[in-house]
Amino acid sequence: MAPSAFVWLLLAAAYFIVPLYATLDFSLKENKIGTPCCTLSNYSWVLHNGDFWHTIKISFLLAIETIVISLLLFVPTMYFVHLKLPRLRPVIAFMALVPFVVPPIVMVVGLLRTFRGTPNWFYGQPWGFLATAYVILAFPYMFFSLDAGFRSIDVHTLTEASRNLGASWTTTLVRVILPNIRSAALAASFLTLAIVMGEFTIANLAAFHTFPIFLQYVNESQGFPAGALTLLSFLITWGAMLSLLLVGRKRGVRGAVITGAR
Amino acid sequence: MSYLELQDLHRNFGAVKALNGINIALGEGEFLSLLGPSGCGKTTALRLVAGFDRPDAGGIVVDGREITNVPPNKRDMGMVFQAYSLFPNMNARQNVEFGLRIRGKHKGDGSKRVDDLLELVGLSHAVDRYPHQLSGGMQQRVALARALAIEPRVLLLDEPLSALDAKVRVQLREEIRRIQLELGITTLYVTHDQEEALAISDHVAVMYGGVIEQMGTPAEMYTAPATPFVAEFIGTMNRLDATVLDGTTGEVEHSGLRLQVDAARGRRTGERVLVLIRPESLELEARTDGVPPNSFTGEVLTQTFLGPVTRVKVTGTGTSLIADMSTARAAALPVGAQVVARIPSQGAKLISLPDDGPGLPALDPDDQ
Repeated sequence: MAPSAFVWLLLAAAYFIVPLYATLDFSLKENKIGTPCCTLSNYSWVLHNGDFWHTIKISFLLAIETIVISLLLFVPTMYFVHLKLPRLRPVIAFMALVPFVVPPIVMVVGLLRTFRGTPNWFYGQPWGFLATAYVILAFPYMFFSLDAGFRSIDVHTLTEASRNLGASWTTTLVRVILPNIRSAALAASFLTLAIVMGEFTIANLAAFHTFPIFLQYVNESQGFPAGALTLLSFLITWGAMLSLLLVGRKRGVRGAVITGAR
Repeated sequence: MSYLELQDLHRNFGAVKALNGINIALGEGEFLSLLGPSGCGKTTALRLVAGFDRPDAGGIVVDGREITNVPPNKRDMGMVFQAYSLFPNMNARQNVEFGLRIRGKHKGDGSKRVDDLLELVGLSHAVDRYPHQLSGGMQQRVALARALAIEPRVLLLDEPLSALDAKVRVQLREEIRRIQLELGITTLYVTHDQEEALAISDHVAVMYGGVIEQMGTPAEMYTAPATPFVAEFIGTMNRLDATVLDGTTGEVEHSGLRLQVDAARGRRTGERVLVLIRPESLELEARTDGVPPNSFTGEVLTQTFLGPVTRVKVTGTGTSLIADMSTARAAALPVGAQVVARIPSQGAKLISLPDDGPGLPALDPDDQ
């Protein structure tokens, strides 16, 4: 490796590692002057805090719900578009950009007005209103990940081969298409997980108590535990990414990409 | 009685008539190749039989049962595709097993059938390999085994060898024929490769512009083309746009060249005809004094080495002809040599041309 490349690598590593180290260092301090380093009391405080577990459970379940709804909605739709209506793809791609363009604060105001008057089990519960908003928010991530997955395989030939061998549409989707876009579906799922676990604006304005709201509250009121909380949420994200890597490395996935690319 | 019947099939894509009324009747266990250039409608016809598309008019009958509107997963047709179509998430064995698994027949006899088929296509050693671990030829063998596993009523092959290199292509086409004969399965094969079609088929149907130009045995197609297109498409052919001078003697005239052609006997004097002469029927020799009857004099323009034979192009007044001859004999006739080409009166074929129609397109025999 050239010396200049090594320097750039060090600088890039420092850019990511220094803030993490600073947060770690901060999270190991105690809120008393003159106490020696280091203490795990901030982590203990977080792990023994009922709100932490409550909000992280809500956010995690919301993420799972969003992922399930999004996959059920978008996988068959994308499959149908790639198979039968390829000319519609650019239209959907344009629509998928809308959540990027419209600021979340504008979107939430619009959604609150749109859904006002709906039953309380929907409007007053995170599993209804918030999940709906998050499905919209996750749309671009779902679309572009799944689109890449569908484009990496020969959807037409695989479908026709499966149908020719006697498979129904459902069997074809579940046993032939889905396993071959698994990496794309997983990538879309974990992007969605990351978005939902970190989404603040919509949850705050719609007055739902999710993990990012708790994180913000702790950050404002207690500095040192906030550092511990930040690192823990960082570890959750890393754990999710690691799971993606491990699941994505299963047999046959490489084949899906290589054969489809021919 | 016919086992597979395509009855007056029509299929339009917008203004394009992909199929314009094709009729095919194929007996059980027979092998028919649909042969033609790109866009002739051969793949459209195959897709209609497979059920991936519906005809605008006409019907498809298999073993006496109308299946025109039956969905593809209920037709019991095995198909091998042009593109590599193995399921990437399954290994070779799982791919072959897929159709049987759908039918709940993958255990017991089904499992044995999978083993037998993998052995039949010579892949017993690669059952656990995934598609990306198989070569193109091996993938198509697995695809063939997969199509045969469901014991299809008709085997459909859509240019299955076109993505393979020449050597594997020849090897695999022979294997396809061997397996087809061994299993006695009715087969519809689509190809644009005339050599492939002639080599492995019981019958060949040459298609052009959405219609079948001619259907017959490979030998009939080669020796007695019925239309100018078939004559042009099957093999290499010298084509002379001629006029019958004397229907009694069989004398025709092309650009001042008078020839005796047996096939012209009985034709109307003044009739426009296309004289077809295979390159291997022409005899070339160095020109000496005098011109023998029924011959064409000219100069050797090019020589193309084709392995067992050398193709010699001779050009003279008003026309050019090509002749295939042994490489040793061709060496005696270098480029620029004056030669005589003897045209056998019995070897030439004749096709009628419309009197008031357009003339024969200016086709260079080398372009065939």
